[in-house]
Amino acid sequence: MQTGKASWLRLRTPVLWLALLAAMGTLSLYASPYTVIMVTNILMYVILTVSWVLFSAPTGYISLATAAFFGVGIYTSATLGGQLPLPLIILTAGVASFVLAALVGALTLRLKGVYFAFFTFGLVELIKHLLLWYEVSVTGVRGRFVVSADNVTIYYIILGILVILLLTSYLIRRSRVGLALQAIGEGEDAAAHTGINVSAVKTFVFALSAVFAGAAGAAMATRWGYVDPYIAFDYLFSFTAVAMAVFGGLGRFEGPILGAVVFAFLRELLITRFPYVYMLVMGSVLVVTILYLPQGLVQLAQKSTWRRLRGHREPA
Amino acid sequence: MSLLEVEGITKNFGGLAAVSHVDLRVDEGEVVGLIGPNGAGKTTLFNLLSGALKPSSGAIRFRDENITGLKPHQICHKGLARTFQSVKVFGGMTASQNVLAGAIFGDRGQMSPKQAGKEAARLLEFVGLSAVAAAPARDLTLANQKRLEVARALATKPNLLLIDELMAGLNPTEVAQAMDLVAAIRKQGTTVLIIEHVMKAIMSICDRILVLHHGEKIAEGTPQEIATSRTVVEVYLGE
Repeated sequence: MQTGKASWLRLRTPVLWLALLAAMGTLSLYASPYTVIMVTNILMYVILTVSWVLFSAPTGYISLATAAFFGVGIYTSATLGGQLPLPLIILTAGVASFVLAALVGALTLRLKGVYFAFFTFGLVELIKHLLLWYEVSVTGVRGRFVVSADNVTIYYIILGILVILLLTSYLIRRSRVGLALQAIGEGEDAAAHTGINVSAVKTFVFALSAVFAGAAGAAMATRWGYVDPYIAFDYLFSFTAVAMAVFGGLGRFEGPILGAVVFAFLRELLITRFPYVYMLVMGSVLVVTILYLPQGLVQLAQKSTWRRLRGHREPA
Repeated sequence: MSLLEVEGITKNFGGLAAVSHVDLRVDEGEVVGLIGPNGAGKTTLFNLLSGALKPSSGAIRFRDENITGLKPHQICHKGLARTFQSVKVFGGMTASQNVLAGAIFGDRGQMSPKQAGKEAARLLEFVGLSAVAAAPARDLTLANQKRLEVARALATKPNLLLIDELMAGLNPTEVAQAMDLVAAIRKQGTTVLIIEHVMKAIMSICDRILVLHHGEKIAEGTPQEIATSRTVVEVYLGE
């Protein structure tokens, strides 16, 4: 009994992940077209959140540049749509975001704390307005139509990007780079004197995290059909990623995923069912979560949390 | 054979010369002490040697190579490691992860994870922290955090180890243990340059001592010579 339980515990996580992947991988066979679109949306937010976590959680650098990388992806898709096959467009978007993030990272990752957050926020606005100026004064258009793909294809592309992202995050956490990132988050000076090339590690992981936001942007653009700089470079995508990650909990691998899923689903549900009180309910849920579950939704998985919420005191 | 040779190193902060034209030489196998009043420029000198600060002028040669202006991680890879006056352990990581980081990154990633793990365990044993290997570093006592920094620095396989105040804030028993640790480090073949305020300790473990005052080197010699030097007694040791 005891050994059976132990081996189940060891296998439980991989088995659950595989079951989840199987369910997601066959979604279009049993779910309604609406469900497929909704799940695509949710997965897009999971990608933005997990890619943000990849760099920002271990290092403590709060990046608000997610929307910039997402937007670069969207515009790559808008510009190249129809000229290249979709997978190549998505790859190009990933590379473009990587290059942008590497450049920005090399220049700005020496900024600490709130300065870095401000700069990355500024980046979104900067690119948006540069693009707007370029489109209006050089190409003479304000928005662009994007060659569209069908919803099931987009769903599977988004799912594919997410699976690669999760594998990347998992492998990074277990690798030398993950150890280096953790050390950098704990103390950058000490990390450097311990032989870690701090700027190289930070820049590389920052750029790597941007690949996924860019790729997701390129895929999503094909569903939206029309984009302009305001739609593509909407800083809400940056804030939402941070909020979802914190909502779910940064302490554990599953936290941000759970946060993004619950957050995005709740929003979808509230907007469609209760359009008038949507913001009110959403705000209340966030406030209550932060108050009672400061470490995010994953805290619900701990027994001590339930005891505390029922009013019992923690044994000292 | 000389391991470290510093010529006329100077660091200005605005108009203030924190370190001014200091010459310094450390031979292989030595334990050299660096003493002086607070604000004398001892830690600044360490920051210059380890690459945390760039010198305003002067040159640093380490193992017959000019390392002036290199970045901290490059200097670490050359074989010069350090500890910090105000401890900078990786607080959220376990003691053994701290040392593991040193073993993995100090060696330019040439060690396999398995070797690195073994090396980390050996060094924790060496500094006497095996019992707390799995504890988060921030939960260790100050004395143990300082030992952990030594282990993390040793994990990078340094030829020269800069130790910045290993004994400040420790009780007499811990001071005696720290002195034993420095002796053991030298015995296993690492040269040591050490900043220390605990006179009893510095006098007994060092081969040579340098005295800094207002950023300048005012004396250099054996512990005996330093203890009896007129200038040193006046500015630092007191009558």
